[in-house]
Amino acid sequence: MTLAASAGLLAAGPTTRAAAETHGFLSPTGVEIAFLLVGLVTFGAALVTVTTRQLVHAALWLVVTLGGLAVEYLLLTAEFIAWVQVLIYVGSVVVLLLFGLMLTRAPIGRSPDADSGNCWAALTVAVAAAAALVWVVVDAFRTTWIDLDGPAAGSTEATGASLFQNWVLPFEALSVLLLAALVGAIVLSRKAKADAATPAGQDTGRDTEGAR
Amino acid sequence: MNDVLDVALRLLVVFVVFLTFPLVIGQTEHKVMAHMQGRLGPMYAGGFHGWAQLIADGVKFAQKEDVVPAGADRRIFQLAPAVALLPYLLVLLAIPIGPGEGAVGQLIDAGVFFVLAVMGVGVLGSLMAGWASANKFSLLGGLRTAAQLLAYELPMLLTAASVAMAAGTVSLPGILDAFEWWWLPWQIVGAIVFFVAGLAELQRPPFDMPVADSEIIFGAYTEYTGLRFALFLLAEYAGIVVLCGLTTVLFLGGWHGPWGADGLGWVWTLLKTAVLAFLVIWLRVTYPRLREDQLQKLSWTLLVPLSLAQIALTGVVKVVIR
Repeated sequence: MTLAASAGLLAAGPTTRAAAETHGFLSPTGVEIAFLLVGLVTFGAALVTVTTRQLVHAALWLVVTLGGLAVEYLLLTAEFIAWVQVLIYVGSVVVLLLFGLMLTRAPIGRSPDADSGNCWAALTVAVAAAAALVWVVVDAFRTTWIDLDGPAAGSTEATGASLFQNWVLPFEALSVLLLAALVGAIVLSRKAKADAATPAGQDTGRDTEGAR
Repeated sequence: MNDVLDVALRLLVVFVVFLTFPLVIGQTEHKVMAHMQGRLGPMYAGGFHGWAQLIADGVKFAQKEDVVPAGADRRIFQLAPAVALLPYLLVLLAIPIGPGEGAVGQLIDAGVFFVLAVMGVGVLGSLMAGWASANKFSLLGGLRTAAQLLAYELPMLLTAASVAMAAGTVSLPGILDAFEWWWLPWQIVGAIVFFVAGLAELQRPPFDMPVADSEIIFGAYTEYTGLRFALFLLAEYAGIVVLCGLTTVLFLGGWHGPWGADGLGWVWTLLKTAVLAFLVIWLRVTYPRLREDQLQKLSWTLLVPLSLAQIALTGVVKVVIR
């Protein structure tokens, strides 16, 4: 987020400055300062998430990162998106991550093997992806400002209306995609189970088949 | 200045409710359990029927040494009780107790999502405690907590979505404004599913596999002593207050009462919440603990289909009456 904001400032040039003049960039409002500070915290937490050597700490820092993002959404008046972010990512995805970690390997203390030799490639990809995203966001929204005093632009009603009127096709396409992923996951897990059962003994394999 | 005073007053009231209601429920549990089992329960502390027992317990907890196991992850171990407790305080802010805008701590536009999201965060506290204790029983408890949350979050969300569909809004006061008495039979399946799933999320009996004391000592809380353990206990009872309050608001009509609610709305809310809390205690005394596989099976094969059916029913009725 901070990266996006600062890079946007540098890259957008004259247009941003023009917008900034009308909105007083040198005398920022309280919300803008809060946005920037929360952004810094979020960015820092994200960095710690990928650099820490302690697996479970990484998952917990991810909670801070995702929670910070939710606060940013709140500051942008997108209340609905913010709570869905907390519900899905903090409440479910991170819990699933922690569950997976605790089920397999979650040592207390550092894991020396938690570092990968691919980290430079990962860094390159991350920087490239961030640059592309910043470019797109800056290009699309360079002079758009949210009026914080008027009715909330991101209220549940507004979000729902635009989602099911203007964006209903992408929404449906996404849900079909998710359904396909779900079906694929089930098929893969059941096939692996059947494969594992067959060499162990024909009976168990037949039982699994029968249960299907 | 007036606004600041108003906000401060609301926060103070919510905070006082947060500190006292769990204690009241705890004391009621002592007494109700005792009488259901043919004994008296605490009788000495405070004189009259042992009313001060929990205060005495609190003093005892505060006196105990705060022990952190040598092998534990110190900071996460110490942070976990706060993570478990604070979300319930935040949820209490959003629960409306009477009609009008004055009777809710903070008006939240996407209230249903807010309460469910924040309640889900509270479970992270148990997971952190389970992992950071460096104890295999704790880890098992944490694992079971996570599995239970994953299974029961879905039916809870789906039934809450059913009410939101019926009311046409996701704000909690908005849902209450739209409430009619015939919603009660209409949403009854959803109400039961929501309440049962909520009990499972709080890890209350008969869904207390994660803390099953005869198998894994006390699950994620095995290594905790003193005040931090008391905070976990407080989180459990605050969770009961929140769950019963939410069920009241979403399914039982909150401040609506059979003889009008003029000025007495908050009494109805408190009464319904208290009856539900009694039900929670009753269930604890009556039912044996579900085994881990039975727990998962109950959610995936019974509660999820039931909540989906409830959503379908809500949709059909909604279209027909329009």
